[in-house]
Amino acid sequence: MQKNSTKLIFLILLVIICVLLYGFYDIKGGFDYAFPRRMIRVAAMIITGIAISYSTVVFQTITHNRILTPSVMGLDSMYEVVQTFIYFFAGSMSVWIINKYLNFGAAVLAMVLFALFLYRFLFRADKHPIYLLLLIGMILGTLLGSFVTFLQVMIDPVEYLGLQTLLFASFTNVKAELLYIAIGILLLSFIYGYRIMKKLDVMSLGRENAINLGINYDRMVMNILILSSILIATSTALVGPITFLGLIVANLSYQYLVTYKHSVLILGASLISIVALVGGQFLVEHIFELRTTISVIINFVGGIYFIYLLIKESRASG
Amino acid sequence: MIEIKGLTKQFGKKPVVEDVSVTIEPGTITSFIGPNGAGKSTLLSMVSRLLEADTGEVLLDQNNVKKWKSTEFAKRVSILRQANYINVRLTVRELVSFGRYPYSKGRLNSEDNKFVDQAMEYMNLTDMQDMYLDELSGGQKQRAFIAMVIAQDTDYILLDEPLNNLDMKHSVQIMKILRKLVDDLGRTVVIVLHDINFASVYSDRIVALKNGKLVKNGATNEIINSDALRDIYDMDIPIQEQNGCRICVYFNSQTS
Amino acid sequence: MRLWMLLIATIILSIVSLFIGAIDIRLSDLLDWKSEETQIFLISRIPRLVAIILAGAGMSIAGLIMQALSRNKFVSPTTAGTLDAAKLGILISMLFITNVTYTEQIIFSFIFALLGTLLFMQILDRIKFTDAIFVPLIGIMFGNILSSITTFFAYEADIIQNISAWLMGSFTLIIAGRYELLYVSIPAVILAYLYANKFTVAGMGEEFAKNLGLSYKVVLNIGLILVAIISTTVVLTVGMIPFLGLIVPNIVSLYFGDNLRKTIPHTMLLGVVFLLVCDIVGRIIIHPYEIPVNITVAVIGSAIFLIMLFRGRAYAKK
Repeated sequence: MQKNSTKLIFLILLVIICVLLYGFYDIKGGFDYAFPRRMIRVAAMIITGIAISYSTVVFQTITHNRILTPSVMGLDSMYEVVQTFIYFFAGSMSVWIINKYLNFGAAVLAMVLFALFLYRFLFRADKHPIYLLLLIGMILGTLLGSFVTFLQVMIDPVEYLGLQTLLFASFTNVKAELLYIAIGILLLSFIYGYRIMKKLDVMSLGRENAINLGINYDRMVMNILILSSILIATSTALVGPITFLGLIVANLSYQYLVTYKHSVLILGASLISIVALVGGQFLVEHIFELRTTISVIINFVGGIYFIYLLIKESRASG
Repeated sequence: MIEIKGLTKQFGKKPVVEDVSVTIEPGTITSFIGPNGAGKSTLLSMVSRLLEADTGEVLLDQNNVKKWKSTEFAKRVSILRQANYINVRLTVRELVSFGRYPYSKGRLNSEDNKFVDQAMEYMNLTDMQDMYLDELSGGQKQRAFIAMVIAQDTDYILLDEPLNNLDMKHSVQIMKILRKLVDDLGRTVVIVLHDINFASVYSDRIVALKNGKLVKNGATNEIINSDALRDIYDMDIPIQEQNGCRICVYFNSQTS
Repeated sequence: MRLWMLLIATIILSIVSLFIGAIDIRLSDLLDWKSEETQIFLISRIPRLVAIILAGAGMSIAGLIMQALSRNKFVSPTTAGTLDAAKLGILISMLFITNVTYTEQIIFSFIFALLGTLLFMQILDRIKFTDAIFVPLIGIMFGNILSSITTFFAYEADIIQNISAWLMGSFTLIIAGRYELLYVSIPAVILAYLYANKFTVAGMGEEFAKNLGLSYKVVLNIGLILVAIISTTVVLTVGMIPFLGLIVPNIVSLYFGDNLRKTIPHTMLLGVVFLLVCDIVGRIIIHPYEIPVNITVAVIGSAIFLIMLFRGRAYAKK
């Protein structure tokens, strides 16, 4: 078996290749114009990839399963609900929209509250089977989604245009000012992450073993829920929801790097998502020359992978 | 010393543990026994702060357990619960190394590794230290978890039905190891047991619970007699002495 | 809840539905045969009412049949990918046939709905699920996969807006000449009634059905064809109406048991009442504008489904 360090170096090489290909392929005369733009996109994809991987892996550790992800549980739909709410009740000219930090803070706060509400159910995961939680998450997603549409229908058409640009972010339409907030948040979360990596390793032994080993479990769970909500909010604000990316990369990382060490798992998952996003976007944009964004394809692949995981899990437990 | 003072716990409206006060004598094996649903595991969980009590308190060295810093407490008291399903792939050695977390915070030094080696040797796991947990049998896995607790090097070791799913040979093996921990290393073991004969043969003290209430608390030979057992189990259980061990012959007892 | 009560509710709601809208119509206006109001009444209001009744009854029956055949309370056109398959069919017809006719669209959509449902039933056959919750989970994911295929091709062909239009289940555009396809579902519903007993028996399993001398495959296929016909007609005329086929049969089954022959009338009427209420609510809230019915249905429906999930886990297992 290959050593994990070799595997990680291989992944890093892949990332570099993907970034170079995406940055320089077929750039010709428009270098000054095209290159900075491409790099902004790459930056957005790297940040998104890391944020989603990071939040998914830690979320799965505290919920002790490998199918639930923050996105599947409807956390990124919550982002849309918050933004729509703000538009609906405060209007596009309010400070809640104009001040990007305030806006982002409000979204994060609402998502954290939602996550804590969800966790009241997750916390009793032994009483509610995982499938029920998943289904509830999906239905909540539909409910929130419909509710958003419901409010959007009632919003003044002019205001709606503004909301639309806020909600339908994509890699080709990254807002540079958010990029700085995102980088800042990511750095802060790394500093915090450095302190908790080993604790996370212990937490994967389960609540009781972790408490036995001196982890302040319930407070850690709270902190991690907040952390993963902030990260999901960051990536959703930056490029819009990519529901299944976290699910795919986290599970690939578990399978490829057989280890309990969160530092390795998170690094691996992040690298895999960057390869998937940058490499995928390169193929989509330049090789197949499709108009689709990579998110559509990831959701397609992710959906199939998800069914596969479900069937596998049901066989293992049945 | 661990003192349990007036602990009460309700699940919903149903009291599971009611006003239980017990003192755990250091340097002994204390067994918690009693019929199903007597509240043995719940009591143990509260002592080990896995579960918060509704009223009452648990004192470790005269200090309330809640006031202890969790890492410091983890260096004094360890607990192993019965269900230990883990969905990460770990080798035996990796699992046992987790026992050193309270001291090393995940970065093991040579002394930590010594403790890990010793614990594995104690539990006869040295040969399989690089095997993954999911390749082990139920008994081997249980031994690996107990080794983790031993590596934790605590004065108090609390075990919740550690003999579940084990065959006779391994059950005896584990009880003997616990006995050694107490006699040789001066540890204190508190253990929830289902089979009163294991309690009778291997423990120094017995705490008997019934319907959440404390019914008996004393040295083993005070509890293992037909009168006391009738109060606990509502059964007439004859006792036979064999090689100095008292064996409860409950197989064709009359229930009252 | 008796049958006659449902009937009275249907009649009252139908009358309300006829007299609500952007333009006030009074009974006296109708006396004048040539008045503008009468024209609106004939061209818009009556077709709308008919469409609601047919769609409501049809979708509920489709759900009922699927639940009987799969013996799972959580299977319905929404939770088995049927609607998404029908949508994919329409897209394919538009992609591959230039100047596609309405009939061709119907045929494609029908074939896809049928194949999609059949495929889902095959998947169900393959897996040994132990939990009733598991099935809708896979169904919803299956639907998501189909719909991401649709989105993908729609992006490429630049018809994403048309796709969004189908997503909107709405009665706003129902006027004379645009809803008549729904009449096709009438014979389907009648057939369903005639076959009711056989569906119940087929739902008991292949062995059981054979033992009673019933050709299992034939009954199963007839059932799926009926479901496909109903779903296709509704998607093509009204659009996607989520959850209707899921919650209505479940509520009926809660009160009246699972004898299909007995419960079909109740299911039909309750479906109509439910859809009428949703449509009326959608028309009142932002009068004189309208909220598309699929939004009101989704909000009310997913809320009811969540309650069903929480309350009725024991019940669903039966």
